[in-house]
Amino acid sequence: MNILFYIAAFAAVISTVKVIIGKNAVHALLYLIVSLLSVSVIFFILGAPFVAALEVIIYAGAIMVLFVFVIMMLNLSGDGVKKESELLMPTMWIGPSLVSMILLAEMVYMLTHQAVVPMGIKEVPPGAVGELMFSKYLLVVELAAFLLTAGIIGAYHLGEKEMRIHNRYLMDEKQDL
Amino acid sequence: MRELLWLIVALPFAGSVVLAVAGRKLPRLVCACVGVGSIAVAAVITILIGVDFLNNNSTGISYDQMLWQWMDVYGLSVDVAFNLDAVSLTFIFVITFVGALIHLYSAEFMWKEEGFARFFAFMNLFVGFMLILVLADNFLLLYLGWEGVGLCSFLLIGFWYKDPANGSAARKAFVVTRVGDTALVIGLFILFMTYHTLNIRYILASAPGTWAVGSGIAMATAFLLLAGALGKSAQLPLQTWLPDAMAAPSPVSALIHAATMVTAGVYLIARTHVLFDLAPVAQSTVAIIGATTLLVAGLSALNQHDIKRVLAYSTISQIGYMFLALGVGAWSAAIFHFMIHAFFKALLFLGAGSVIWVMHDEHNMFRMGGLWKKLPVTFWTFLIGAASLTALPLVTAGFYSKDKILWLSYVSDRGSTGLWLAGLAGAFITALYTFRMVFVTFFGNAKADPTQRPGLLMTLPLVVLGILSFAGGFIELPGNMAHLTLFSDFIEKTLPITTIREFGNNTELLFEFIAAGMAIAGVMVAYRLYFNKSFPSAEPERNALQKFLYKGWDFDLLYDKVIVTPIVFLSRVDKNDFINRFYNGLASLTQVMHVALSTTQNGKLRWYAMVLAIGAIITLTILLYP
Amino acid sequence: MSLPMEQGILLAAILFCIGLIGLLTRRNVLFMLMSAEVMLNAAGLVFVVDGSVWGQADGQVMFIFILTMAAAEVCVGLALIIQLFKKFKSVDTDRASAMRG
Repeated sequence: MNILFYIAAFAAVISTVKVIIGKNAVHALLYLIVSLLSVSVIFFILGAPFVAALEVIIYAGAIMVLFVFVIMMLNLSGDGVKKESELLMPTMWIGPSLVSMILLAEMVYMLTHQAVVPMGIKEVPPGAVGELMFSKYLLVVELAAFLLTAGIIGAYHLGEKEMRIHNRYLMDEKQDL
Repeated sequence: MRELLWLIVALPFAGSVVLAVAGRKLPRLVCACVGVGSIAVAAVITILIGVDFLNNNSTGISYDQMLWQWMDVYGLSVDVAFNLDAVSLTFIFVITFVGALIHLYSAEFMWKEEGFARFFAFMNLFVGFMLILVLADNFLLLYLGWEGVGLCSFLLIGFWYKDPANGSAARKAFVVTRVGDTALVIGLFILFMTYHTLNIRYILASAPGTWAVGSGIAMATAFLLLAGALGKSAQLPLQTWLPDAMAAPSPVSALIHAATMVTAGVYLIARTHVLFDLAPVAQSTVAIIGATTLLVAGLSALNQHDIKRVLAYSTISQIGYMFLALGVGAWSAAIFHFMIHAFFKALLFLGAGSVIWVMHDEHNMFRMGGLWKKLPVTFWTFLIGAASLTALPLVTAGFYSKDKILWLSYVSDRGSTGLWLAGLAGAFITALYTFRMVFVTFFGNAKADPTQRPGLLMTLPLVVLGILSFAGGFIELPGNMAHLTLFSDFIEKTLPITTIREFGNNTELLFEFIAAGMAIAGVMVAYRLYFNKSFPSAEPERNALQKFLYKGWDFDLLYDKVIVTPIVFLSRVDKNDFINRFYNGLASLTQVMHVALSTTQNGKLRWYAMVLAIGAIITLTILLYP
Repeated sequence: MSLPMEQGILLAAILFCIGLIGLLTRRNVLFMLMSAEVMLNAAGLVFVVDGSVWGQADGQVMFIFILTMAAAEVCVGLALIIQLFKKFKSVDTDRASAMRG
């Protein structure tokens, strides 16, 4: 079982690296989907089938599809690849890499200075998740519903074709598609 | 009747307060009624009190009215109390009566101006303060009135505040008189230090016993009081403000800068005559300053083209005559000349104002001409006023007052021939510039036509003042004509009689002839030079000497070079001294830091994310560090 | 299987840092959003790993909420990106740096 975990981890890391250094947006998105699927496999190994399924359905299924739609609308592939390579310069990698490496080093330090705790093998079925969600975390479920509603309404208004001016000082900045 | 003395002072103040508070909302007619009415009622009360005072008061005891105690601190006990005697009665009569006529005139003159209520509020305030000045029975109240009239002069000179030149003229007047006021205050300090009170009559009674004649402290005090008087009365060397103060409306010039405020110095010196008796050097300085000023101003008046500036220099010159009289000890002659001068100078200013008013703010007399047929009332009253100023013999009031001064400047025991000759030369110059003004303005060919005629409110005061300029002198005739000395008898109840030397039998008649001859000679020369001549250019050509005289002997330039430029230089140097640099450095340090810190807000999203990440690292480091 | 917990969290840390590099480096706003998704995913992995250490469902519940939040965020974020594109005609975030100084 451990080897499965390491293979999935390796796949996740490689695909994520290819996401961030890609120039074609659609290719990067596909690599991201691969990364998400790898993490889903890891969830299965850990004995959390419910969230593994959810990861595939919602994350890789819905959210990434949204991304694809937007990329299609903005027409970023094809000609966009050339523009993208103009935007990305090799020298820009140094600073962020440095910062992230330092952060990673600190987190590794924190992790290695603790006692080793083995993970449990017991599988947690969806039923247990459902029970917990609707008893202990009921309020949070309702709040999540609020969040989603707000997201929908916000996205609807933001996506309107004609920008309604809400402030008279922005009157001259009215734009149309 | 005399208990109503306080009402004379309270009415103008009440009028001023009403107009200041509610003037904007009241209709013009009501404002005019309040403004003119307060002074008119005060004038009526003054006349009634005067009549009562004259009838029941043969011994000349003054009347005191104490209103309330103003302050009592550390030994300085000052009351708001009024003292009415012959001198102050003359002054309040002139102030209220001539003031009422001028207010009546200005109701029509200023009718179309904005700020109508403000004008009358300031004028009433001025009259109130001037009355306090002359009625005060202690020096502190007098100084209150002194400062108050200075303030009102400033407010009224800068009345048309939208033009910055008027504001500069007002500021100049205030600053120059301030120099005199400071000297006056130091004089008051010395008086308080010596006498521990500021009550005028007490000081005047005890001064001869405390200070010796010619002692240093008496001379110092007298000189300081003289300096104060010089500032307010626009004599040498503080005379530079008065010609520029002609930026004020003409009624203001008539009231403040002809009849009343500029005579405050005369009043001060006449009041404190005891101190000047104790300091003979100071008194002869008064006479010498008076004589020099009248010549300097007279020569300057000869070269002006603005009609009001001629009258301004003429006022300086005539007050020089009053100072000359005070300097030789002719107290009642000085007060008499003050009264007559108030009449004819106010008349001349009001007449000049009417000419300016009908010619739509044209001040330059070389652009006027041929007005004597078109403005008959103005012309005839102006002519009477000019004749009085020139002191044409026998028919004008000015003759009696000026002749008295000239006579006493020779014959008083403090007078001298030199002073008399200066006065005589001044009489010639006065006649010359006065009739130059009359001929250029009213005769010759008409350059422009008047478009409106002055109405009743403007002509009535001119007529009344004209009558007074003609007949006012008949109460005081010279010794060899008739023994009618009503005025000096009245004044000599308060001020001492002039001591005179011996003189021959016909000397007085000879002197009168010489003085009359000078005046007539001046009129003749003016006639030859200016009558019915054409004046093509707006300003006469002036050679270098005339330009120098036109600029008022370049006193402005002198003061600018000697006083103003060094002070401005010093202030500029002091503006950047190390204390200033320190605070400026703090401010610029803040600015530099702002610029430096604002580069961290460059609006780029990645930058902000990077800062977040670095912050997270720092926090973790702090947590992990043992 | 006695998989040490630290290795799971280590994987999550590595994924998080990779996502952070992506966020800080890319100028294309879509790539930045993708990197943010990677970071969120890594955080969720940590929760699930912790939950499975004790065999409780709390970790999974947490992951569900993270998922919900990610979904709402992507919704609104993409709508904003569309508006940004409409205004600036490009997806470069450096173009939208007018709030500076």
